[in-house]
Amino acid sequence: MTAPTILPLSIERLFYAVAGRALLESVSVEIAAGSRTVILGPNGAGKSLCLRLAQGLIAPTAGCVVWKGPGAAQAKMRQAMVFQRPVLLRRSAAANVSYALAVRGVPRADRPSRVEEALARAGLAGLGDRPARTMSGGEQQKLALARAWALKPEVLFLDEPTASLDPAAVRAVEAMIQAIHEGGTKIVMTTHDLGQAKRLADEVLFLHNGRLVERAPADRFFEHPSTLQAAAFLRGEILA
Amino acid sequence: MNEFGDAFHTALVMIVSANPDLIEIVGLSLRVSLSAVVIAALLGMPLGAALAVFAFPGRRAVVVAINALMGLPPVVVGLTVYLMLSRGGPLGVLGLLFTPGAMIVAQVVLVLPIVAALTRQTVEDLWLEYREQLVSLGVTPRRAVRTMLWDGRITLLTAFLAGFGRASAEVGAVIIVGGNIDHLTRVMTTAIALETSKGDLALALALGLVLLAVSFAVNAAAQILRDMVVRAQG
Amino acid sequence: MLTAKRLLVVAGLLLGLILAGSGVSADDERSIIVASTTSTANSGLFDALLPRFTEETGIAVHIVAVGTGQAFRIAKAGDADVLLVHDEKAGEAFVAEGFGAERRRVMYNDFVIVGSAEDPAGLRGMHDAPAAIAKIAETKALFASRGDDSGTNRAELRLWQETGTDPKHASGAWYREAGSGMGATLNTASGLDAYALTDRGTWVSFGNKGNLEILVEGDKRLFNQYGIIVVNPDRFPHVKAADARRFMTWLTADEGQAAIAAYRVDGQQLFFPNYLAPGS
Repeated sequence: MTAPTILPLSIERLFYAVAGRALLESVSVEIAAGSRTVILGPNGAGKSLCLRLAQGLIAPTAGCVVWKGPGAAQAKMRQAMVFQRPVLLRRSAAANVSYALAVRGVPRADRPSRVEEALARAGLAGLGDRPARTMSGGEQQKLALARAWALKPEVLFLDEPTASLDPAAVRAVEAMIQAIHEGGTKIVMTTHDLGQAKRLADEVLFLHNGRLVERAPADRFFEHPSTLQAAAFLRGEILA
Repeated sequence: MNEFGDAFHTALVMIVSANPDLIEIVGLSLRVSLSAVVIAALLGMPLGAALAVFAFPGRRAVVVAINALMGLPPVVVGLTVYLMLSRGGPLGVLGLLFTPGAMIVAQVVLVLPIVAALTRQTVEDLWLEYREQLVSLGVTPRRAVRTMLWDGRITLLTAFLAGFGRASAEVGAVIIVGGNIDHLTRVMTTAIALETSKGDLALALALGLVLLAVSFAVNAAAQILRDMVVRAQG
Repeated sequence: MLTAKRLLVVAGLLLGLILAGSGVSADDERSIIVASTTSTANSGLFDALLPRFTEETGIAVHIVAVGTGQAFRIAKAGDADVLLVHDEKAGEAFVAEGFGAERRRVMYNDFVIVGSAEDPAGLRGMHDAPAAIAKIAETKALFASRGDDSGTNRAELRLWQETGTDPKHASGAWYREAGSGMGATLNTASGLDAYALTDRGTWVSFGNKGNLEILVEGDKRLFNQYGIIVVNPDRFPHVKAADARRFMTWLTADEGQAAIAAYRVDGQQLFFPNYLAPGS
């Protein structure tokens, strides 16, 4: 990346409430460049909400999300997001990628080569003309990743990217995430799948009941969790 | 009632023999109504999509108003457009009254709320699905409107057809602003009204059957187009 | 977002589309708009006359067929070049008020009273029109009125005035106001087996007579004078006065008058030319 970085991302005393019920309470964390950050926690802990707030899709009830890097002004255009259920436009696979490139201001002449490259990296080479909506679930998620990848984002947010997929597709998607990370992109993802967290995380943010309970490097978190809730979650207990 | 038998026979004879008067009338009907629907779509589809995507104060009031305008009586539209286009009216200088242009204007007014309201509904549903993805890409609302219209094209064809149905079936507006002038502004519906007033019920009914056939052909063509798009894009 | 310039472009584009769709271009054919009555248009007279005029002069005549009242309103707004209507008094007033440049008598036809063959009020064979409709009122037999301020409607109301009865009191009871053209009113009368006043032209060419037949005819008070009026170009500069005057002249000259007299439906002459040149 030649452009100045947009990271770190500072999340300060974040609250989110719906109809008087707090779903997220006083979450503060600074997300730095480099490592793969995994937001882990049981269903309903507020992981997806936290990710959407961080990405700026929704506005917090209180608190703020601030990009603190020197390139912060460009933050909106230097990140991408992949959802649990891929949202694909009613067009061909290639057109889906090309559309995202157009939105980001990539010159028309440069788009076909970048589309080709992204599809090839996702193992979708030759499927560019297929209507995106007729592809299998795994292919659709790979296409969504290819679309995000083509943008060469500095930060990639992923919300439970494999939760709806079969094991083979999970393996492929995880490999892609790894490859994207190795290409220099900061990964911030949520998962409720312990195994996936172990495979992909450099650092873990453990969320429970709308609170950030523990933050630790992955090795330490999985070996010596410092909170009771995290320990119970790691043992496979159902948290109340 | 042998009117029905007569009507079927007359309709068949007119169609098979390609009666030149009939062809002229059907041609004008199609030209006027299709022009009106195309113009209404050019205006109403972006308007409806914008109503679904943009949030602004008074939006709900506009939505309610457009939904209510779907029920505008054609005669009222005709009368209003008539007064606007009359030589004494604000648009009198255009000299459009009693021309096909006036009929197009009236039908645009009639069809616009239908196209806009149906588009808004379609786009709102689609926006619910697309919003997060598009916002995360950094799409501007204006580009979002364009994207919704393109991706909703199959459903929006229905809005187009609904508009065409209303335009081609109405008589109240075009007879007032067009004047039902033979060889100039006579369309299917005004011809039916005329033959009814002459007491030639069988001929009127036969023209009605032809109108039905034309409407059927337009909808069949749209269905084929739709199937082609679906097969191509899923 | 939408600058004034862009708005102008859009408006221009739309106007272009409207004009393209309407097939109207700047060097359009020569044409005049004639506001006339539905009864005249429905009689088929124009179909016989206009092609000959157009062929001779190259001027196309566009007939807007409406009720007489509406025809006057259209002309008073300057939306027609020529008026061809009955109701002489209104026509004279139209010229007197400066809306019309010149008025000429063209022809007349006559009204007849039709009713069902059963004839519940017993009108058959009568030749006194006011007396006949007075009998309708007495027996409260159904009567279908135009009720649309047309020339025929006005003629009917004048007949009622002579009888001293105001049928509006019975509106909705035995007096039914259709509020529509002659044909639609005859359809109503045919459906209800009601009496109706109609011009002979519409009657002869009307296709849905059902049980109806002519019961009263021949009263001088049933004669119906048509006049042609050229809309005043001093008042409405856009009016195509020269072509309009050409049409009036043609219709009142020997050729036009002969053509009117020659027009027949089912062998019946419907219109009787009666233009009298000044001084003749």
